[in-house]
Amino acid sequence: MEEAHLKIFRGDRDSGAFQDYAVPLHEGMVVLDAIHFVQAHQATDLACRWNCKAGRCGSCSAEVNGKPKLMCMTRMDQFPAGTPITVAPMKAFPVIKDLVCDVSWNYEVNKRIPPFNPRPPEADGTWRMHQFDIDRVQEFRKCIECFLCQDVCHVLRDHDKKDSFAGPRFLVRMASLEMHPLDVTSRTAYIKDQGGIGYCNITKCCTEVCPESIHITDNAIIPLKERVVDDFYDPVRRLVRWLTGQQ
Amino acid sequence: MDRFETHSYDILVVGAGGAGLRAAIEAATQGASVGLLCKSLLGKAHTVMAEGGVAAALANTDARDSWQVHFRDTMRGGKLLNNWRMAQLLAQEAPARVNELEAWGALFDRTSDGRILQRNFGGHQYPRLAHVGDRTGLEMIRTLQDKTVQQRSLDVYMECTVARLLKDGDRISGAFAYRRDTGRFLVLRAKAVVLATGGIGRTYKINSNSWEYTGDGHALAYGAGADLIDMEFVQFHPTGMVWPLSVRGILVTEGVRGEGGVLKNSKGERFMFRYIPEMFRKDFADTEEEANRWVADVIAGRKAEVRRPPELLTRDVVARAITQEVREGRGSPHGGAFLDIASRRTPEEIRKKLPSMFQQFHELADVDITQQAMEVGPTTHYMMGGIRVHPETQAATVPGLFAAGEVAGGLHGANRLGGNSLSDLLVFGRRAGASAAAYAKARTGEPQVRTDQVEAIAAELVVPFERAGEENPYAVQEALQEMMGTYVGIARSEDDLKHALAEIEKLRARAARVRVPGHRQYNPGWHTTLDLDNLLTVSEAVTRAAIERRESRGAHTRVEYPESDKRFGAVNVIVRRQGETMAVVQEPLPQVPDELKPVLAGEA
Repeated sequence: MEEAHLKIFRGDRDSGAFQDYAVPLHEGMVVLDAIHFVQAHQATDLACRWNCKAGRCGSCSAEVNGKPKLMCMTRMDQFPAGTPITVAPMKAFPVIKDLVCDVSWNYEVNKRIPPFNPRPPEADGTWRMHQFDIDRVQEFRKCIECFLCQDVCHVLRDHDKKDSFAGPRFLVRMASLEMHPLDVTSRTAYIKDQGGIGYCNITKCCTEVCPESIHITDNAIIPLKERVVDDFYDPVRRLVRWLTGQQ
Repeated sequence: MDRFETHSYDILVVGAGGAGLRAAIEAATQGASVGLLCKSLLGKAHTVMAEGGVAAALANTDARDSWQVHFRDTMRGGKLLNNWRMAQLLAQEAPARVNELEAWGALFDRTSDGRILQRNFGGHQYPRLAHVGDRTGLEMIRTLQDKTVQQRSLDVYMECTVARLLKDGDRISGAFAYRRDTGRFLVLRAKAVVLATGGIGRTYKINSNSWEYTGDGHALAYGAGADLIDMEFVQFHPTGMVWPLSVRGILVTEGVRGEGGVLKNSKGERFMFRYIPEMFRKDFADTEEEANRWVADVIAGRKAEVRRPPELLTRDVVARAITQEVREGRGSPHGGAFLDIASRRTPEEIRKKLPSMFQQFHELADVDITQQAMEVGPTTHYMMGGIRVHPETQAATVPGLFAAGEVAGGLHGANRLGGNSLSDLLVFGRRAGASAAAYAKARTGEPQVRTDQVEAIAAELVVPFERAGEENPYAVQEALQEMMGTYVGIARSEDDLKHALAEIEKLRARAARVRVPGHRQYNPGWHTTLDLDNLLTVSEAVTRAAIERRESRGAHTRVEYPESDKRFGAVNVIVRRQGETMAVVQEPLPQVPDELKPVLAGEA
């Protein structure tokens, strides 16, 4: 049987190294299968996260040959035979053990976002919305929180601006609230100040790695930047605000 | 005990899928302090995999729908073994629970007049499933997750597993848990515990569940002395992927059939016409022409006036039909059936209504479902049986213990209808949270946790690091899964089931010899070892209950007793701990009251 050679990161926050494992290949195999094989037969304590194994839950994020990927959706047969495949944890977050990172920062960011706040419902207690009004928000709600966009974003990955930048995932979330047809809260000040949207310089790396193909930059971040500009930097509006004493 | 991290709450919710989240929100809203434990990260629970939709008689898409019809469909789908009161509450309360999700930010697909769109599904007489393409569960879990983290007095413990429930006399007083990331132990005192741990899918090799579904809540409740009911009813979903091996068991939503998809065998025959049970004969089309007219009506958004295609029969019927076709030599190349949507709908429609299915087959199986048929076959999907609960309060038979969602039994009877799981989570998650909060408020005295008890559990949990055995936890788990699939699968015989019991004992002995290397920090081998106990307990419960039910009904098929038996239709099989043995008894099923009988007969 054909074999694949993997170099898997083993270690924790303090130290670690890539270790070699050989894994038999079978048709349709994905990287997560290879990791499970190693776990079952060679290293029972190899740590990785996974749940659905079908690209829905966003648990098994890792860097395969240096690229942020869901391991369950990354086919082994796309790699050239005979060349080792490296599997490493996401770089933008602290390693807990092996392929598992501490992603708790993301949950803290989410908690602080001003929550959904709908306009009053109609007489029957529900709302009418048209499909064309919700299509764009439904795109954002496809997000599976794999945090691959956070991992690849240089503001977080290279500059570690976690104290001042929410990252693409949460700009998408803020966009889903801002553009929700029922929501009446304005979050532009939050997006500018706490969200740190100005840090994004539209390199689109996040869009490229999104396993749900969400147009993060074009459909979420750029429109939010425009809203922030309209609300805070438009000279006419500034004058109006100054004259009327509005915030 | 001081050496353990300790917290106190009014309510502990174990599990953060739809039911756990909804229970936690409700309890917190009612003023209780809540600790919420999830085995994985928040938002990754299996609810996220629910595809087709949430069943609720909103009557948006077809005004003829009502709670009465939903109640009747649920009871008939469950082969009348359901707890009637739970089925009634589900049907009555689901619409409000779905609308509530919109108030919390969810966005379902819309009708042309701007209301929530509903789709057809197996066993539902009218289009009833509110949905978001084929990712309804994601929408639901994200909405509930975002609502949960806004609650004050609610703490979330991610990647924590409960090892034992703690009792103070007869009453629940909390739980003992371990943190997966550090391996450290947690003592959680609580006045009430809500179990919302989901199912048992990992007891079978071919399954649609994640690693988490090891029957933890079933086993915890059993260990604490609570009754389990209907454990013989394991749902094999008819359409799991069968090829390649790597994806075997992954779910293919019933929504494919709801959108017009048809099942064919290797001869190209639409075989489901041959498998319509007597009970459903007057509700289903008996010719392709009639079935096609129904689909045409539905696609055009017209009220369907003809009968439904037989592909939309309940899951137990469709799973058995596929198994039969394969057994008689008419299976697909990899031992399944063909599910064809490509010849029924346009590529654009398929990509819009079934985007995840398109992606799943495209990326994992090299199949373009807009052009080719999918190969599908039965996969272990859902546990109808579970903790016996009071139908209105979700209280288990142990004071202070509550259960909601898949881990609770009774609602679905012998077979669950697609879409009823998501409404179950919302309706009974909310009820469990509310009644646990009320119980906690009324409970006198602070919950007591005994130091010696806690020390003993902690010592037990680290044994796998210390013993001299040579067994590998994954190998034992796989052997159990193979065995359950072979001997306690879709078609069961007494000989096979008794053989399974003997095998479970052997596997238990192997599990006691598992040794794990490494340390306690994020060690999946250790976690798998601890899960084995639960898997073995649940496997034994399923097998014993299956021996007891000497008839075929819904998801439970006994080859020696191919027909349903009236006597068994009037009882639940109960499993409970008696000392160190597992007792199995029959108890009368609560009878449908007279005022609901006409509803059940379709006369009201």
